[in-house]
Amino acid sequence: MLEVSDLRKRFGDLTVFDGFSLTVPRGGFTALVGPSGCGKSTLFDVLTGVVAKDNGEISWLGETVCHLGKKAAYMQQKDLLLPWLSLLDNALLPTRISRRNEGSREKALYLFHRLGLQGFEHYPPRKVSGGMRQRCALVRTLMFEHELVLLDEPLSALDAITRKSLQSHLLLLQSEFEKTILMITHDVEEALLLADEVLVLTPFPMDVRERIALDSSKPRKGSEQGLLEIKEHVLDELQGEL
Amino acid sequence: MTRSNIISLTIILAILSIWELACRGLAVPDFILPAPTQILGVAIFQFDILLPHAAVTALEIVLGIFLALIIALPLATVMFSHPSIEQAFSPFLVVSQAIPVFALAPLLVIWLGYGIASKVLMAAVIIFFPITVSLLEGYKNCGTEYVMLFRLMGAGFWDTMRLLYWPWALPFFFSGLKVGVTVATIGAVIGEWVGAQRGLGYLMIQANARLNVDMVFAAILWLSVMGLTMWVFVGFMERKFIDWNR
Repeated sequence: MLEVSDLRKRFGDLTVFDGFSLTVPRGGFTALVGPSGCGKSTLFDVLTGVVAKDNGEISWLGETVCHLGKKAAYMQQKDLLLPWLSLLDNALLPTRISRRNEGSREKALYLFHRLGLQGFEHYPPRKVSGGMRQRCALVRTLMFEHELVLLDEPLSALDAITRKSLQSHLLLLQSEFEKTILMITHDVEEALLLADEVLVLTPFPMDVRERIALDSSKPRKGSEQGLLEIKEHVLDELQGEL
Repeated sequence: MTRSNIISLTIILAILSIWELACRGLAVPDFILPAPTQILGVAIFQFDILLPHAAVTALEIVLGIFLALIIALPLATVMFSHPSIEQAFSPFLVVSQAIPVFALAPLLVIWLGYGIASKVLMAAVIIFFPITVSLLEGYKNCGTEYVMLFRLMGAGFWDTMRLLYWPWALPFFFSGLKVGVTVATIGAVIGEWVGAQRGLGYLMIQANARLNVDMVFAAILWLSVMGLTMWVFVGFMERKFIDWNR
């Protein structure tokens, strides 16, 4: 279980967190939605250790840590593939750096196959589409041995069709590889489709305005009546914030 | 052949033609300004004189480039990894360029002798600066998100250096190296002017004293061709190593 408790952080006069808390159960998928500028990215910066917290506690699997820097895989909107490496070598980067190459190639090839990238293993990133690059970034994220995965708007730069297909891949791969996921997104529908729990955030200081627990039946459909109602409700709440 | 190639070729041919015609038409003496065809004749038919000297100069330049690389690569890397060292070193770097190499040349010849060592060092002093500065610039240009990704992958400094910073900075390194090799001839030739027994610079001084101006021009022609060859070679290496940059 990922636990963040009593997190505090100020930048000068701006209080971003004033006792913010959060838990993600092991194997769970929690999504954070909130208006832009509400501190979601700062939260990830604090979790990954890019920004030092003023106070508070972060623990993963019962172990209290300063930050999750080397304990979590991280994926963001930009694919961040290295242009001089092939797609496969990009995906193998985490295991190459951790020097645990055993079986990593087979795992990467399997994931390439699962995500429809087979045949493109040796292509350089510049020769494939944005959707394929992002799929490769997803493979790289799954190649981290870490169970915990932080997703920072991982699909928001993609077109609607690619996005849909990657959403379903993400769900399948989460259960297959037993990952625990914390995702931040602007996209309310995406949060509702993928997550077990959606936290609606309010800014300055960041606080959980509403906690929406979703039933475990996945994949869900965006057209389900219940989901549509929740989406409308969340959007209303967020609009009230702006 | 592209349009721009045709234009530059036309300009060169035009200048050479005017030069040639002026020399012949105005009967300019050879020891003032020889005609291009005469220079070319000397450059080609007296290659047995030019070649040994050119070989020495080429060796000086190549060794100078290697010496510059041996200094520049660690220096840029250490300056990048330790900003305090960068701050401490950058005044010296700038000063090393502010002092004209011409002023250093006589001293280096006194200290290192008439052999190739003083010329190699002279060339290296000129070359290492653009390489160091551009490599450092390349390291610093690296995207912060990439650096963070590497940190999250648990990469230490050397892994990040090897797998991220160095390949990232490679295009910068090559542009610095290109500048370096084109000015490398200056260092070597100045060194030879001041005191040497061999080399194209030495040959130029000797020929100049005897008013063999056509030989002076032939030596300049050889130097230009050498510089151009190195430039083309570095460009070739650049395309070979960085095919991802286009």
